[in-house]
Amino acid sequence: MANGRMEFFTDIYSIWLREMIRYVRARSRLVTSLITPLLWLIIFGSGFSSSLRFGGPSGTTNYVNFLAPGILGMTVLFTAIFSGMSVMFDKEFGFLKEILVAPVSRTSIVLGKALGGTTQAAIQALLILALSTLIGVRIEGTLGLAAALALIVASMFFIGMGFVGLGISIASRLDSIEGFQVVANLLVLPIFFLSGAFFPVTSLPDWMKVLVDINPLAYGVDALRYAVTGLHTYALSLDLAVIIAFFAGMTVLGSILFRNVK
Amino acid sequence: MTNAIEIKDLIKHFEDVEAVKGINLEIEEGELFGLLGPNGAGKTTTISMLCTIQKPSSGSASIYGHDVAKEPDTVRRLIGIVFQDPSLDDNLTGRENLDFHARLYKVPRSEIAQRINDVLNLVELSDKADVIVKKYSGGMKRRLEIARGLLHHPRVLFLDEPTLGLDPQTRRHIWDYIEKLNREKRITMILTTHYMDEADKLCDRIAIIDHGKIVALDTPENLKRDVGGDVVILTVPSGTERLKVELERLPFVKSAQSVDSTLRLSVENGETAIPIFMDVARQEGISVPSIALHEPTLEDIFIKYTGREIRTQEAAGWAAFRSPGRR
Repeated sequence: MANGRMEFFTDIYSIWLREMIRYVRARSRLVTSLITPLLWLIIFGSGFSSSLRFGGPSGTTNYVNFLAPGILGMTVLFTAIFSGMSVMFDKEFGFLKEILVAPVSRTSIVLGKALGGTTQAAIQALLILALSTLIGVRIEGTLGLAAALALIVASMFFIGMGFVGLGISIASRLDSIEGFQVVANLLVLPIFFLSGAFFPVTSLPDWMKVLVDINPLAYGVDALRYAVTGLHTYALSLDLAVIIAFFAGMTVLGSILFRNVK
Repeated sequence: MTNAIEIKDLIKHFEDVEAVKGINLEIEEGELFGLLGPNGAGKTTTISMLCTIQKPSSGSASIYGHDVAKEPDTVRRLIGIVFQDPSLDDNLTGRENLDFHARLYKVPRSEIAQRINDVLNLVELSDKADVIVKKYSGGMKRRLEIARGLLHHPRVLFLDEPTLGLDPQTRRHIWDYIEKLNREKRITMILTTHYMDEADKLCDRIAIIDHGKIVALDTPENLKRDVGGDVVILTVPSGTERLKVELERLPFVKSAQSVDSTLRLSVENGETAIPIFMDVARQEGISVPSIALHEPTLEDIFIKYTGREIRTQEAAGWAAFRSPGRR
């Protein structure tokens, strides 16, 4: 049994390793995927910062600082969901069969892929965070730098795992890459726009507030924003509870749906 | 001798079709066994069940006594598979593809590097090991897949259409590897193909499968002897059936079959039969623009048992078979 548990983890590692080799090898994609979030941050952030201060009941900050955690959340969301597409590519190019007939549990395949996608998402987002300091983003919350960074990484991990799980779930049910892109885009934009990435969510119209409150990314962005700026909408414990539940739920869903993949 | 594979009353039906309709088969250890038949005959479905990809609807199959439905993980470690469609990661190098496979199949860490070098040598890809697979030719990819199938020392290797779509020279190369492996490593091999020459050249025994059933099972030699003598093929644009009736009356004609606008006759001695055939045709006023004579091939056996040519079947089944969803 101990041996079996050992194998479970080495299998996850093997799957993760392949995802990472592929990621590192696609260096040009890595660079281009940094450009969009940086443009948001530089143009939107600097543009609004010149005339506005943003915040909520817990205080205010300049807009570029307010926006930065939102952009980190966006980066994790996009990278994670679309890394679920690797299941589609594996299906399309036949490699999935090689994985499916191996003596490896479906759960370790899903976890390995999810960890791979999450690692990629976190690397992207941390690079953005590092670059954003060049345009004046500062970690200025009450947590202290080490604790803030720990919270940032933890939040990225849970929302990353959650959205890769969602991506894998979608990929498991669809047969074409085009179909995946349509469904993923349909989900990604509302999730992003209604996450409080751009604006404070405290004084929104009721209908919109409801949509924000049921959006797991809103809690992820809130935790990230608390780490970066000290501002928050929800209690940190609620943020963490929601994103951990989201991570767990999506991982289970992904594992179940992936089991039926042919 | 032990049986590597035992199949009993194996049946697989999908929602509306019965793809495999009760197959019984025993394959001995070390045998190079051919499953022959047109696309849609049930070859790939049978292989899929043996490889634990699909579950049998009823009946059973076991590999070295391990039931494919009840002990899939044990079976997976005993078998290697070379799929019909490509199944490599194009963005990894050959060596990385093999390394990934070795990890998933729990090859002991200390042996991985050596085994990878061994199988690469075997398929003569050592000098391309660190090149991205995207840059491989079709034949190289196939060889890498065969190498990968062997990496975890399987006792049974499944080869699903191993030379499909390859040029003749590469096909011959692949055949050499397959024979070498079977001979030197005593690996039991199950090969599906719709190339008659391939099955004829490689296989110890052949099962011809059609509409989900085994219609013939023997060595290639015995199957050919069964058809016997020579095969004479007359092209008959019109009046095929009438000519068939006349020729079947001749005492030396063992069997006659009309396929499209040709008449295939199995006879003891083709050279002496042809002039007589021509005389009969002339008397009946039926024109025969061309005649061919050859020793029986597996193609003739296939036609004998199924009444159709394997190649025309292939053409008809091709488009549906290669649809994107299938890949």
